[in-house]
Amino acid sequence: MADLADLTIAQAGAGLRAGDFTSVDLLDAVTQRASATEAHLHAYLTLDHEGARAAALAADAAFSKAQDKGPLQGIPIALKDNMCTMGIETTASSKILAGWIPPYDATVVARLKEAGAVITGKTNLDEFAMGSSTENSAYGTTRNPWNTDKVPGGSSGGSAAVAAAGSAFGSFGSDTGGSIRQPAALTGLVGMKPTYGIVSRYGLIAFASSLDQIGPFSRTVEDSVSLLEAVSGFDPHDATSINARVPNFGGSLNKGVAGMKIGVVTELMGEGIDSQVIAATRAMADKLQGAGAEIVEVSLPSTEFALSAYYLIAPAECSSNLARFDGVRYGHRSDIEGTTEEMMAKSRAEGFGPEVVRRILLGTYALSAGYYDAFYGQAQKVRTLVRNEFSSAYEEVDALISPTTPTTAFDIGERSADPIAMYYSDLCTIPSNLAGDPAISVPVGLDDSGMPIGFQVMAPALGEEVMYRVAAEVERLADFTERAGLATSEVVLP
Amino acid sequence: MPVEIDIAKVAKLATLALTDDELATYGEQLGDILEHAERVQALPTEGVLPTSHPLEMVNAFREDVVGECLDPESFLSQAPDAVEGQFRVPRILG
Repeated sequence: MADLADLTIAQAGAGLRAGDFTSVDLLDAVTQRASATEAHLHAYLTLDHEGARAAALAADAAFSKAQDKGPLQGIPIALKDNMCTMGIETTASSKILAGWIPPYDATVVARLKEAGAVITGKTNLDEFAMGSSTENSAYGTTRNPWNTDKVPGGSSGGSAAVAAAGSAFGSFGSDTGGSIRQPAALTGLVGMKPTYGIVSRYGLIAFASSLDQIGPFSRTVEDSVSLLEAVSGFDPHDATSINARVPNFGGSLNKGVAGMKIGVVTELMGEGIDSQVIAATRAMADKLQGAGAEIVEVSLPSTEFALSAYYLIAPAECSSNLARFDGVRYGHRSDIEGTTEEMMAKSRAEGFGPEVVRRILLGTYALSAGYYDAFYGQAQKVRTLVRNEFSSAYEEVDALISPTTPTTAFDIGERSADPIAMYYSDLCTIPSNLAGDPAISVPVGLDDSGMPIGFQVMAPALGEEVMYRVAAEVERLADFTERAGLATSEVVLP
Repeated sequence: MPVEIDIAKVAKLATLALTDDELATYGEQLGDILEHAERVQALPTEGVLPTSHPLEMVNAFREDVVGECLDPESFLSQAPDAVEGQFRVPRILG
């Protein structure tokens, strides 16, 4: 029997409009997939059966009255559990927020509802989005649907796993140093981080405010465009929201790359990158050349310092953002006897997991008197150099390409005891966050252990149209049709 | 060389009540991480201005008009302790 859960968003939307099935049918399909896979994956923290059903029924009613709010109407979508959902528990995978029910919707959530999307539930993440494997969740580890001994990547590992397994048609994550693109690469999905400022951060539980961006996971580039279009655009609730017309993201999907100049980032093709990943990246670069693009080598020497700069800037901002969790207005309060200050210090120590504590301490140190200039101040200057190098590169080339991750999915437990080894998972993705530019990961093949390899396309700020144009060609050239082992039912098109 | 840090002081600044064992572990890990982070100091940055933010924007203003606000009860109900429309905390002085 055809399994609706394996359709793309575009296919599902076409079927809904042709009357082949209903939104309730789609919801039933992903719910069934979730019941079959969740025991293996642990990707969802909360499934909102009631709310999702009401939204699916509303979408079906709208279709029957010929009301159409666009490509996401009636489509089941999952959300990373660091986005506030009114009336639905939101924990950021931290004990400190256990049981917290947000009194408002994040702008992204409100826009998805306005677009008629069906929100299935909330997905697991590394606590407060700090991690690269989803092993740092206070509520258990999420596993990779391609091989459950492997991590799904992180921090948006739950959102990646549900989209790869078919227990949602797409999902949203947040990307501070690679937390969408890295798990997308490790689970064979398209994962995209937008230009800083085009998607509102209102209602996203903040980690590092100058780096955080919300973006979509999907199985195709076309679906990525639909998801991004639904949530992007100016929001007066976010002071860093860009008040300008949103680019026409999908305007050039079918234009191909003939005549484009594309740069391979030299520093991301050498030391520290797995040879199979390099080979797959090279092979795709050659195919792009075959499709008419001019491929050149571009050296961005400061990117070698980007990782070090990031692991000062992000913890510094985290230490400031997470100061709000003090047991007063929301979240866990310790029951110790003592002063308010003692209560706060104990509540925080009880509520935060080890990686969060580590980053708060690191950031506090980097910002403290006597060390600020040498660490945080210097890291901000390195950020300027990274940005300048990217800007100069984009005067010469239309887009940049590299591997998304140094390796394919690693084993659960392999890096969890070694913070520095874990931090290196973000080597190729961090530079775009520091620059504030858009970047996307597209699957291009499997390594010899059968795990997906991601290919990264980067573009200048507000260059989503160019980025998607190259990504669409990469998708066509790669012709990557493999699906995760946990989602291998037959796909029959509507 | 791992960086030597006064981890107890940092924990106090961060308002984290950690045990001696935890302080020792975090102190060691931070020393190792900072050894890597110190690499940023190798890059010459004389005359380079710091970037605190990717957007070249100054202040964002909105029209000064009255809008809708959240019902206070909606967030007070989520607080560990609230009375008479206010958050309640333990005594302030030791």
